Amino acid sequence: MEATKATAVKYDMDVVRWFTIMAAVYAVVGTLIGVYVASELAWPFLNFDIPEITFGRLRPLHTNAVIFAFGGCVLLATGHYIVQRTGATKLWSNGLAWFTFWGWNLIIVCAVITLPLGLSQGKEYAELPWWCDIMIAVVWVAYGFNYIMTIGIRKTSHIYVSNWFTMGMILMITYIHVVNSLAIPVDWATSYSIFSGVQDAMVQWWWGHNAVGFYLTGGFLGIMYYFIPKQAQRPVFSYRLSVLHFWTLTFGYVWLGAHHLQYTALPDWTGSLGAAISLAMIIPSWGGAMNGMMTLSGAWDKLRTDYILRFLVTAMAFYAMSTFDGPVMAIKSVNALSHYTDWTVGHVHAGALGWMSMISFGAMYHMVKKLWNTEMYSDKLVNVHFWVALIGATTYIVAMWVSGIMQGLMWRDYDEYGTLTYTFVESVSAMHPYYIMRAVGGAIFNLGAWIMLFNVVMTVRQASAKRGVIAAPAKA
Amino acid sequence: MSDHDKLYSTKLQDKVERSTLLMFVFTAIAVAIGGIVEIVPLFYLPNTGMGVDRNREFTNFNNTQHKDLQGNAIPMDKIVWNPATSAHKTMDDWQPGDGVRPYKPLELAGRYVFIREGCFLCHSQMIRPFRDEKDRYGHYSIAEESMYDHTYQWGSKRTGPDLARVGAKYSDEWHRKHLKYPRDVVPESVMPNFFFLEKNPIDAVKLEKTMVVLTKMPFNPVPKSIYTDAYIANAKTEVAGKTEMDGVIAFLQSLGNHVKFEEGVNYRD
Repeated sequence: MEATKATAVKYDMDVVRWFTIMAAVYAVVGTLIGVYVASELAWPFLNFDIPEITFGRLRPLHTNAVIFAFGGCVLLATGHYIVQRTGATKLWSNGLAWFTFWGWNLIIVCAVITLPLGLSQGKEYAELPWWCDIMIAVVWVAYGFNYIMTIGIRKTSHIYVSNWFTMGMILMITYIHVVNSLAIPVDWATSYSIFSGVQDAMVQWWWGHNAVGFYLTGGFLGIMYYFIPKQAQRPVFSYRLSVLHFWTLTFGYVWLGAHHLQYTALPDWTGSLGAAISLAMIIPSWGGAMNGMMTLSGAWDKLRTDYILRFLVTAMAFYAMSTFDGPVMAIKSVNALSHYTDWTVGHVHAGALGWMSMISFGAMYHMVKKLWNTEMYSDKLVNVHFWVALIGATTYIVAMWVSGIMQGLMWRDYDEYGTLTYTFVESVSAMHPYYIMRAVGGAIFNLGAWIMLFNVVMTVRQASAKRGVIAAPAKA
Repeated sequence: MSDHDKLYSTKLQDKVERSTLLMFVFTAIAVAIGGIVEIVPLFYLPNTGMGVDRNREFTNFNNTQHKDLQGNAIPMDKIVWNPATSAHKTMDDWQPGDGVRPYKPLELAGRYVFIREGCFLCHSQMIRPFRDEKDRYGHYSIAEESMYDHTYQWGSKRTGPDLARVGAKYSDEWHRKHLKYPRDVVPESVMPNFFFLEKNPIDAVKLEKTMVVLTKMPFNPVPKSIYTDAYIANAKTEVAGKTEMDGVIAFLQSLGNHVKFEEGVNYRD
């Protein structure tokens, strides 16, 4: 972000272009699988008695597709983009960036093949077989090394705040992925974790929550700190707040995994510690959300005409909302009700659809315009996408909140004779309308992803036709 | 770059954000602390189910003491089955209530299928200490009960009911019908049909390798007094002619009845 206009830098942007396009594709694929698994819960006949597409095998494919394929390509696109532009330098190694591109996509192909076949290590968001875990580690470290070396050769004096967050993500994901994946293989398809019971549970949620905290939050905060100021053409509201945001989040987020294990066989102090720090995390999270929002002060009128900015700002609203929702659910007495219910699913999707996807969509539209040096094929469609995404996300989240709280209340309800009021299966059938509503919300959101893919493809085609070359590099 | 010499924050922060190396080191340390504080003690504290050492011998469970109302500690071999001190010396003699034991070959084959089909995504195996959970599922789960579960299966969601104590609640026949076509038994169920498990024979080679792997674990391996070489070698004949369906049923029937819980004893901490 520093002043380096004088000398034009030749950036390595081809790899960013391809990551961006793949992100648009995976946004469609990941949410489409999500709609399907959601529909399987509403209408079980959709399992069609085909083992490869039953809920238990497709659900990991959905989570892996949205987190690692869609989220991953967004992070890798924006990461390679931001690190060059904020450092006014080319990548340390363009070759390593391409290795990251092909490696990451190869892993995604492996996931698409192995998960429906039932290869699973039995850990949420870490289901992929052991040799995939090794591939992930290699590609991830290659990316991280290239990224940090690029920071090292920057032409600017300070490291821009986005890069702090991305560096935090690179380090933490390396730690948690390696430790949580420690397993002994039985054969090429199957392996078992070296940890068991209590220790395995804690390691798993240290992984699970920090995949959320550093990958789906930290990495995306890096996006926020670059793209909101760029799109609003205003400097970040408060530099000091961003310093505070970064260090408190980086130190504090790590502790939260234990709140997934309250009232389990884990020693009580661990869950309580997780809960206490979770509550404290409201402060940096809201500070960060404010920092993003207030960056618009004096420029709020832009929201009327700038549809990309709408995505970015709405994302901040959802970020604030889900970072309030989360700590509340970490309070032990609330967790007693919310744990094991759809409320958790609602919370995750408030983050995934409202915050992470929205900020991604905004950043992707911004990048497409810069990378191909063009206007969008249709600004109107960007606006339509915005409203479709917002309606879809809200429908989904509301459905899950209502069903989650209802489940929790039904399970613990006693009648006047002191016996449980409802059988378990009564709670299952009570969920039916909400499961339909969730599938509909997801389908609406998925429609938005299709609109974006169409718009991006048309924009790229238009830009390429103008130049007469396919995907000719634009000097962004 | 004259304006870049200005201090916008503290001296330390300024120094850190100008240096790639310092930023890397500070961040690497900051993200490591929380995990170390929360994870490492769980290998050394009591009430964490750490009970078998690398030599595959029982330990004192980090001094775990589950005390009754009079303050007397329940001997750990009443909670975790130890063939050396139990009246029942072999896996086949073991009776429910003798204490936590590893899985028998057929159950282990079923557990593999349970993980493969993603059952844990909808069924938890962790009962919390609440009145309603006690009435619905039974006594709250304790750390020792999952000590042999490499890849714990506590789950995070109850789209279906908890399974931690489903063992012996229903007949094998009920399970068979229910697993094949759940809605034949429970019309409101949203569980997929798993009829195809009946067509798949158990992979005995994988099973034997799995048992060997479980004896090689660095943490809580299966004790050598339980998975003896002879016991592992015999696994093939144990599962001969059995299907994956038989395995899953055996696995489900083995869940939750290992420990004989007594009133008034605090089994957690």
